[in-house]
Amino acid sequence: MALLAVSNLGKKFGGLQAVSDVSFSVERGMIKAVIGPNGAGKTTLFNLITGSLTPSSGSVLLDGRDITGRRPHQIASFGIARTFQNIKLFPGMTVLENVMIGRHIRSSGGFVASMLHLPWVLAEEQRIRQSALERLEMLGIAELAELEATSLAFGQQRAVELARALAMEPDLLLLDEPAAGLNIYETAEVGRLISSIRQLGITVLLVEHDMSLVMDISDEIVVLSFGRKIAEDVPEAIQSNKEVIKVYLGE
Amino acid sequence: MRRILFLLPLVILVVGVQVLTDWTDTRYYLTQLTMAAYYSLLIIGLCALMGYTGQISLGHAGFFAIGGYLSAALTTRNLAIFQDQAFFRLLEGAGILATGQDIYGAELVVVAPWAACLVAIIAAALIAWLLGIPVLKLKGHYLAMATLGFGIIIYRIALASEYFGEADGISEVPPFLLPFGLEVSGSFAAREVNYYIAWGLLIMGLILLRNLIDSRVGRALRSIHGSEDAAGAMGVDTARCKLQVFVLSAVFAAVAGVFLTHYNGGIGPSEAGVMKSVRYVAIVAVGGMAHLWGALVMGVVLNFLSLRGVFGSYDDAVFGLILITIMLFAPNGVLSLLNFSGVLDFFRRLWRRVKEPGGLR
Repeated sequence: MALLAVSNLGKKFGGLQAVSDVSFSVERGMIKAVIGPNGAGKTTLFNLITGSLTPSSGSVLLDGRDITGRRPHQIASFGIARTFQNIKLFPGMTVLENVMIGRHIRSSGGFVASMLHLPWVLAEEQRIRQSALERLEMLGIAELAELEATSLAFGQQRAVELARALAMEPDLLLLDEPAAGLNIYETAEVGRLISSIRQLGITVLLVEHDMSLVMDISDEIVVLSFGRKIAEDVPEAIQSNKEVIKVYLGE
Repeated sequence: MRRILFLLPLVILVVGVQVLTDWTDTRYYLTQLTMAAYYSLLIIGLCALMGYTGQISLGHAGFFAIGGYLSAALTTRNLAIFQDQAFFRLLEGAGILATGQDIYGAELVVVAPWAACLVAIIAAALIAWLLGIPVLKLKGHYLAMATLGFGIIIYRIALASEYFGEADGISEVPPFLLPFGLEVSGSFAAREVNYYIAWGLLIMGLILLRNLIDSRVGRALRSIHGSEDAAGAMGVDTARCKLQVFVLSAVFAAVAGVFLTHYNGGIGPSEAGVMKSVRYVAIVAVGGMAHLWGALVMGVVLNFLSLRGVFGSYDDAVFGLILITIMLFAPNGVLSLLNFSGVLDFFRRLWRRVKEPGGLR
């Protein structure tokens, strides 16, 4: 069974059909990319999968479980983590605290127990801190732990956002333009990083504009244009697909 | 242990002030300090909601009033006329009725203060919960307006209903007996005790809120302030978290209302007024928003000055002026002007000098 199965997904904003009748699936352990010109509906697709938007039609199955129209926090707890196109770190909090929020669904201290600082809550807090630190070390940014997250350079903020998503130990990671605004060296680094995320047993679905990155790391590619899927294949086949070339370069 | 130690300076200060007023024969200050502590209890609760979670409320005087008014009404309104009814005997059997005498010496049957207090706080929590479910879906200005509407409703109810004493409010509210023979009342003999009860309650509230902020739930609350979308994507149930902290802050306000009402022996409609809510919001802002200590210090200082009548008839105007000035010149709160880290740095450098061989020359 596919880890993620999107079938006939559609979203209408007033008169605009942003996504229509999109179906594809993501097998476990795969890196799959969604590409398409600006306004093709890629981010809308992400928002539909993660529950930020409610689909007008169609369904989303995660590991066979219907998650269509569930609220974002529920979908997160089912095992889908995401990053945002315009990085959304929490201001006024350190890098470490940002990543510690990633452990929210992996911990359980409630309102009253937290207010009373019960011993088990304090022990859990230590575990949260420890595993957040481990993610930072994994991404090589442990020395930033105590800095305010939103004060960092753009590339570093990206890394923090990724660490935060990884701290959730998701089954499926959705990356919305992970290389946007990065230079070629940083982009290559992101490519290596995504490949190493796969080694952790995390399935990756990404939206990306950088073609060399997408062609390098993806196992399969879905191409969207004006909200419709126009192709789905391995990178080599996509590169020579007539319709894709038409959409990207014009006739 | 460190978590308790941080309170030591505050506890020493609280005791120190009491001893000082004793020596200098200025015990009358304790009255306003007691009242200021109760107001500050509300303010630190509002700080958790507003400063940390980023959800404004212009209706917290309403929750204060719900606590104060319910407790006052239940402990003063004579139930003797219901003597023959079943519910009266039920209440009597449960031991939650108390008898007393009114000022003319007639027999008075009322709800016992402890039960009235419980009912008042639970009612405030319930109302906050019911109100919070719809209005916390709103953001920013819209939330401010909705809570403002709630505050106005409570104010008009207090002002219009005979049960709550209309414009006169409720007076002759009996003392509230606590365990160990302590009583919340404004009698001169109990002035020191009440000072310590109020400050004990405030410090307890501070500990609870600090623990909350400094925990998994606290981080979730702060993340909602930062970005509700991202918080949701992290698995934080934002609607539930907001509702919980809203109810919690309403309970803090109601507890403050109950205690202050029994301490003052009465409550009037001005306590429910919208200007009160604005004042509480202003004090949280002056304290530095996401800053419990700032809220506490400013809550005590400004309320104390206001209660001493320092601002005269221009009381509310002064609070408006303070709000404008702070927003313009110190948007991170008054305490941020003191720059603690600079002071710490100085001592660190001094210490390094001392440790250096041949240093300090």
